[in-house]
Amino acid sequence: MGINPSTPVLRMILQGLLLAVSLITATAHAAPAVQHWLTEKGARVYFVPLTSLPMVDINITFAAGSARDGEHAGAANMTSTLLDKGAAGLGANEIARRIESLGAEMSAGSARDMAWAELRTLSDAAHLEPALAILADVVGRPDFNQQDFERERARTVVGIRRSEQSPGTVAGNEIFLATYGDHPYAPRPTGTIEDVESISLDTVKAFYKRYYVARNATIGIVGDLDRKQATQLAEQLTAGLAAGERAAKLPPVSVPEAATLKRVAHPSTQSHVRMAAPGMHRGDPDYFPLYVGNHTLGGSGLVSRLSKEVREKRGLSYSVSSYLSPMEQDGPYLFSLQTRNDQVDEALDVMRDTLGTFVKKGPTADELVASKKNITGGYALRIDSNAKILSHLVMIGFYDMPLDYMATFPAKVDAVTREQIMDAFKRRVFPDRMQTVIVGGPAAD
Amino acid sequence: MRGFIAVMLFFGGQLALAGSPVHEYQLDNGLKLIVKEDHRAPVMVTQVWYKVGASYEPDGITGISHVLEHMMFKGTETHPPGEFSRIISENGGSENAFTSQDYTTYFQTMEKSRLPISFELEADRMRRLQLQDEEFQKEINVVMEERRLRTEDKPTALTHEQFQATAYTASSYRSPVIGWMDDLENMNLADLQDWYRRWYAPNNATVVVVGDVDPNEVLALAKKYFGPLKPESIRPPKPRTEPPQLGKRSVVVQVPAEVPYTIMGYKVPVLRTAAEDWEPYALEVLAGVLDGGNSARLTTELVRGSRIVTSAGAGYDLYSRQADLFLLDATPAAEHTVAEAQQALFAQVKRLQEEPVSKEELDRIKSQVVASDVFEQDSIFYQGMKIGQLETVGLDWGLADEYVERINAVTPAQLQAVARKYLVEKTLTVAVLDPLPMESGRKPQAAASGGGHGH
Repeated sequence: MGINPSTPVLRMILQGLLLAVSLITATAHAAPAVQHWLTEKGARVYFVPLTSLPMVDINITFAAGSARDGEHAGAANMTSTLLDKGAAGLGANEIARRIESLGAEMSAGSARDMAWAELRTLSDAAHLEPALAILADVVGRPDFNQQDFERERARTVVGIRRSEQSPGTVAGNEIFLATYGDHPYAPRPTGTIEDVESISLDTVKAFYKRYYVARNATIGIVGDLDRKQATQLAEQLTAGLAAGERAAKLPPVSVPEAATLKRVAHPSTQSHVRMAAPGMHRGDPDYFPLYVGNHTLGGSGLVSRLSKEVREKRGLSYSVSSYLSPMEQDGPYLFSLQTRNDQVDEALDVMRDTLGTFVKKGPTADELVASKKNITGGYALRIDSNAKILSHLVMIGFYDMPLDYMATFPAKVDAVTREQIMDAFKRRVFPDRMQTVIVGGPAAD
Repeated sequence: MRGFIAVMLFFGGQLALAGSPVHEYQLDNGLKLIVKEDHRAPVMVTQVWYKVGASYEPDGITGISHVLEHMMFKGTETHPPGEFSRIISENGGSENAFTSQDYTTYFQTMEKSRLPISFELEADRMRRLQLQDEEFQKEINVVMEERRLRTEDKPTALTHEQFQATAYTASSYRSPVIGWMDDLENMNLADLQDWYRRWYAPNNATVVVVGDVDPNEVLALAKKYFGPLKPESIRPPKPRTEPPQLGKRSVVVQVPAEVPYTIMGYKVPVLRTAAEDWEPYALEVLAGVLDGGNSARLTTELVRGSRIVTSAGAGYDLYSRQADLFLLDATPAAEHTVAEAQQALFAQVKRLQEEPVSKEELDRIKSQVVASDVFEQDSIFYQGMKIGQLETVGLDWGLADEYVERINAVTPAQLQAVARKYLVEKTLTVAVLDPLPMESGRKPQAAASGGGHGH
């Protein structure tokens, strides 16, 4: 229970091959007060003291995701991958040995908007101080050795190749390409195999130098610390970073004018459908009407309209959903399902009809009440652990959301009207301009 | 397994499990109730654990426990299909259910005042499920889609399924939790009715509640909602003990894929079956020596050292209901073969047998166990899971309390002893994923590196 295997397959096996009735979807009370300040070098810090458990969670996030790759697709991912593979003269093995000898957990990762490093440790000085020192080295003094670079690049290529086995992953990559065209959100964050093979270590070093800087960083801290300790912690964490400059805003996204449909052959028994358009961004004026409306349409698991139509009434798919992923610029409004190859057209029709009807007629009064009750009545669940509060802090900081975001969220949801939802969907969601990708089954021609 | 025990009275004991007190009760009808207080946030999780899972299933109806789990959302005498989920959702709840080899579990995470809603609905479907053919015909299709999603179209999952089926002869761990497709195609409503009647009863269930609750109030609510339910005469499953394996077994899985993969397993005891109760803890530490993080041997020596693999893992679950496997898996690096990856894993096993594990490695694992014992308390769900899992496989949930101490007591000599005794070729099963081309014109990865990919 305390010793976790590292490979996903074994983790799945050991967790008992749990089969859930549905894919578990995300579903918080007096919201915690968020403290905020800037470090000397200009990093933005967000802190919630919580003394109930003797532990601390720390996250440092940079605007250094794949949307910043420019001509070198995969650079952001490779930079993030290399952080804990050598820093301040310590090799990857020594970094891991020191962290794990403290019982601490450290990881780094990246996505389209951001790259981050995270640490969970016991909060007493004997554990926190040495663990923090390593995290500070990893983000502030990475070595970027050629040998580590080559090994991680080769591993990334095998990882990409393996992901091609998964029709769902292929569909996920294709729908971003179709939805985002020339926008930096289009490519998959790892890059293609050719992209990865053409990255040089100098590219990685230049990427690091530009984006891993204090003014481009957001720091989230949750746990058993007081303000003075948190202040010192944030200073120590940013000690190795240059002050630098915050990354410029990404270009805005335009909605494709015409609908497209792309079919990709795959040796799979199911076809994976993805249908999308650019949706909304963090701080979007239509955030709440779109969010609450989509909760009814496809964001509430088994009780959503899509689930009722596709799964409950017709038994066509195990998982069907629609999600709005707010990003720095308009993130995807993504509809997904997967079904046996011979019934994919039927399932896609049901999904399109359900969206079309919703845009025309909106939620019923009962549906709106039910969605609001679910979101507001369950808000305590969203902020009931240190880990969940930390992820809110990162989001608030990274996207410049107000400090009272958690406290005001339920009231803003409650204020949404049916008219606002219908108005927002009419102005922002165009069923006849959606991009669709179907991956699975033999080639059509 | 426990049969039906008529318990005169509930008992309430207080034991310390990682921090907060745990309260255990048993109702007159045999239902066990375990409550753990966690007052950090005004929320609670209810988990209902049934002693039934895939390992209880006879051949011909594999996957039935999981199908029944799906059907548990499809209406009772008092609530029509879909209403369970609708009521939980309207009350701000997050709910789901899961099935494993050893248990079937239903849960709702909700704001603390909603506990009666969760109890009412769970008690209702414990005895009054209305299995309807129309709902079944749709849901069995959903489950078949789930099998396609999770297994048919995932080369590594198919490899694992074939691996399990090869490793076991008589043990019911041979069949997949989701069931064989043919069994799903031939399942009918009567099968489900029998299965439901046989296992869904208060004396075959444990209700676990963790969160911002008062144990006395929880008990009163449990008596109110679950108390009136009639117990069932439970016939425990046959042991189906795996006969001794007489030599190495292997299986090859040839399906379209891009990357080869291997998984191997040795037959090992678990807490419930071990003659010496330190052995499972030693096996647990052994898995940690190989794969307890990025400083463990498989990553430092095979991924970053010899670079024969791009990833490798080791795993073991000491809390399984029946004798289980000590697993090793690996994905070879582009310029290496599966055979080389296997040899590298075997060399690691040999080293565990011949050379005592260093004090530093052991200390590292012990530090991880002590810290994760604290970290785990950040999740009410996980705290409940730990209690429910132990109780449901027939172990005392209080064993979780001993975990840190028992791991700390493991010695280098014991590690060497279990490696020599159990990690032996005679009980080994090896499975290999041997990729076929994904499509014409698109080459699977051979031993060579580089190369084209689709799209």
